[in-house]
Amino acid sequence: MEANNTIRDPQAIREELVQKYPAKVAKKRTKSIVVNDPETVPEVQANVRTVPGIITQRGCSYAGCKGVVLGPTRDIVNITHGPIGCGFYSWLTRRNQTRPATEADANYMPYCFSTDMQEENVVFGGEKKLKVAIQEAYDLFHPKAIAIFSTCPVGLIGDDVHAAAREMKEKLGDCNVFGFSCEGYRGVSQSAGHHIANNGVFKHMVGRNNEKKEGKFRLNLLGEYNIGGDAFEIERIFDKCGITLVSSFSGNSTVGQLENAHMADLNVIMCHRSINYMGEMMEAKYGIPWMKVNFVGAESTAKSLRRIAQYFGDEGLKKRVEEVIGEEMPKVTAVIEEIRPRTEGKTAMLFVGGSRAHHYQDLFDELGMTTVAAGYEFAHRDDYEGREVLPSIKVDADSKNIEELKVEADPELYRPRKSEAELEALKAEGLEISGYEGMLKQMSKKSLVVDDISHYESERLIEIYKPDIFCAGIKEKYVVQKMGVPLKQLHSYDYGGPYTGFEGAVNFYRDIDRMVGNPVWKLIKAPWQKEDAGELEASYAEG
Amino acid sequence: MAVRSAQRRLTVKHAKTATQNACKLCNPLGACLAFRGIEQCVPFLHGSQGCATYIRRYLISHYKEPIDIASSNFNEETAVFGGSHNLKLGLKNVTQQYMPEVIGIATTCLSETIGDDVKGILREYRKQTAADSGAPVLIHASTPSYQGSHIDGFHAAVRATLEALAEKGAPDSSVNLFPNMVSPADLRHMQEILDDFRLPSMILPDYSKTLDGGPWAEYHRIPPGGTATAAIARSASAIGSIEFGSTLEASKSGAGWLESKFGVPRYHLPLPIGIRESDRFFELLETLCRKPRPEKYQDERRRLVDAYADGHKYIFGKTAVLYGEEDLVISMAAFLREIGVRPVLCASGGKSGLMKAKLGELVGDLEGEGMKVRDGVDFSDIEDETELLRPDLIIGNSKGYTMSRKSRIPLIRIGFPIHDRFGGQRLHHLGYRGTQELFDRIVNTVIEGRQNDSEIGYTYL
Repeated sequence: MEANNTIRDPQAIREELVQKYPAKVAKKRTKSIVVNDPETVPEVQANVRTVPGIITQRGCSYAGCKGVVLGPTRDIVNITHGPIGCGFYSWLTRRNQTRPATEADANYMPYCFSTDMQEENVVFGGEKKLKVAIQEAYDLFHPKAIAIFSTCPVGLIGDDVHAAAREMKEKLGDCNVFGFSCEGYRGVSQSAGHHIANNGVFKHMVGRNNEKKEGKFRLNLLGEYNIGGDAFEIERIFDKCGITLVSSFSGNSTVGQLENAHMADLNVIMCHRSINYMGEMMEAKYGIPWMKVNFVGAESTAKSLRRIAQYFGDEGLKKRVEEVIGEEMPKVTAVIEEIRPRTEGKTAMLFVGGSRAHHYQDLFDELGMTTVAAGYEFAHRDDYEGREVLPSIKVDADSKNIEELKVEADPELYRPRKSEAELEALKAEGLEISGYEGMLKQMSKKSLVVDDISHYESERLIEIYKPDIFCAGIKEKYVVQKMGVPLKQLHSYDYGGPYTGFEGAVNFYRDIDRMVGNPVWKLIKAPWQKEDAGELEASYAEG
Repeated sequence: MAVRSAQRRLTVKHAKTATQNACKLCNPLGACLAFRGIEQCVPFLHGSQGCATYIRRYLISHYKEPIDIASSNFNEETAVFGGSHNLKLGLKNVTQQYMPEVIGIATTCLSETIGDDVKGILREYRKQTAADSGAPVLIHASTPSYQGSHIDGFHAAVRATLEALAEKGAPDSSVNLFPNMVSPADLRHMQEILDDFRLPSMILPDYSKTLDGGPWAEYHRIPPGGTATAAIARSASAIGSIEFGSTLEASKSGAGWLESKFGVPRYHLPLPIGIRESDRFFELLETLCRKPRPEKYQDERRRLVDAYADGHKYIFGKTAVLYGEEDLVISMAAFLREIGVRPVLCASGGKSGLMKAKLGELVGDLEGEGMKVRDGVDFSDIEDETELLRPDLIIGNSKGYTMSRKSRIPLIRIGFPIHDRFGGQRLHHLGYRGTQELFDRIVNTVIEGRQNDSEIGYTYL
């Protein structure tokens, strides 16, 4: 197949995408669809409400809170307070993995508890049922923690999950019970739920255990949810380098680790969108700096390890990191050399997540593939344009409804891990602390960026760009494949993975190779193969 | 018995008030599925966008086909002040983008809890858009997820569709088939049977193409296939409606509505699984069109009887734990009795209140047969029972996998959802053909188990 690198004028595509919308909707959508220029970084309207009837790929606050952030911690019993659907749909569907040390260790992830609200609970209130459900879960497992997640009707009927949690926590004595007001109508997407989850975990879990874990280089890995075993690969690399993982937020994590997280000396953030609040709050309260890393992509993994070593400023660690990179890279390079002739020059589109659409571009770069269009589902402007735009982001009604915790330095536990001078020195060396540059600076000029892409828009983009691969989730998968374009699931990895670190990179290259070069696509005639080629084409060549 | 109850106390591992690992899905999911089986229809959920997203992803993971479900995207204001504005705007946008013939609107627990008057809002909207050409038909099914389960939403949507579209016309010789929540493969098979009988027919819903179709040679905003609105309109003129589902009451069903409103006779049957229930279905068709079944089906029946005879020794006396929607469980249980497999537990998350009685009608003395029937249960209940009963087989959807893995009892996947295997949408369950497929799978599962457990590893049957 020949490389598909002639693309129409992105400005024209942008206009065409919104043509079918009513004028008001078109006006709104245009602000979320921009033609990139990495030098000047355009503004991308993001984290705004989806227009009713425009089919979005976004989920809800409950999904972000229960499904994403709290879901992967294995020894919290999660109780969904509401009718049965929400609990059922978030029951092990994200493929988070976990690895208890022994079979006897608690793992409640296969369980899906729901108060299964019935009409009488909606009419007369569900708190009583909720408390009984908490008691039952406690009697059954004696877990260290029980978390309650509110679904849509809960807020409306006035159930106070927090009061119920407090009461039960007191009653049970040795079980930490806390609730989340993550009703699905709060905020504009799952992003609201991430924030709510961050607040809850910070308030109710972090800081409960001051024991200092052994290890010279102790860090927390934030925003890594161990889908398909991603966290296992990162743990392997950390171990090899002699880096101690105090807690992960929250892939393969435990209650004990989260409660002890404030004793680490650095927070590294993978998914900026879902967890940056935690980094900020831990810095303010405990004095732990955070920095953005990316373990998706072999080069990015190496870079992230070097940055961690640079932060700790230890020559021994720097040396060890180089040794590890030296050991791991040849295997990666060998696979790239084998595969790249088949993938070079091909194009990809990524519409996923609040970080993944950015991170995975690194893997495609390594395969010589160009990302022609990308966008997030639930990100904010800073995830596109970089954190420097934060002061200029207007807080709208939807964001205002999500609590911002007021965090102050802890009188006993606040301990700046690095002095102001040390931090300045690191920054002068080029180490970005408390920063994230966003997606656009990395993407090429004239690539198209679409926030909260609708089903309709993604279909149009496929028609126009005819990419060699489209990355999104299961909701998009089958419509894209019907058009003869392979779709890589970047939420659940099509049951594959891990894709992080060095071994993950190799897995990803092989999966992409299998997909873009697959003989099955020869059997499917894509719609455009019937059309006149050439229409409006070749206005510029993607560089 | 004393030992047994002591053992039971030791093994009980489930909550009583909370639901632990549900054996049911929510009401609006069923409605969305049914709406997907109407030609040029876009399902629309009135509530939070999360419901549409969750339900889409869940249906898609089974059918492995695109499923668009629109939503009125409630936010905090909408939740407080009502969903009228969002609903109307949503309908307008769906109409403009998709140009559908029908929009199937189902409510969620959110819009139901705040008490949105959807019928009233739709009346207003229709008035406002009356002048527009190509305004879609709006169907509304009330599907609060704090009542019933997915199967109730499915039937509510079917009934609402008829209420919106069926019109009295000149009587014709056609037959309506309301097949219940069956697989696309089953739907195709039903259509084939009706066609072979040369019976003009309408199957509602019919997602055999929309949820199991080919690649698209041209773009489709809405996948091709589904029951045509014109055919639904004519359903009021049919000579009769066949409706599958033992626990489906006329007062809640599509065929029931056609009968009460237009006098179209309702022929109510269990899902035709097994020889006896398939016979009943074919005999009904023979009666309705006053001719014998085509030879092809007589052959299918003969082959099935032959297979029963050849396979009986492998499976006779085996026991099974069976779970799923009540109607599926009832018909599957009747079939299992027919082949000498004893369903020691027939369980469902649904709770129509009719399951035990209806099952009794098909298999007789349940207790005498050693069959326990439990409705309104979750997987923790089913797992507890399974631990005690130690059946040879577990039969049901993918959600029984954890239990199967733990107990090392093989799981035979049927029904919905099947999201840990490929091809769930292409499994047959109905008629002689569906029964044949089920029978072969059951026999082979037993044989495979024996082969794997054999020390010799014999290679010849």
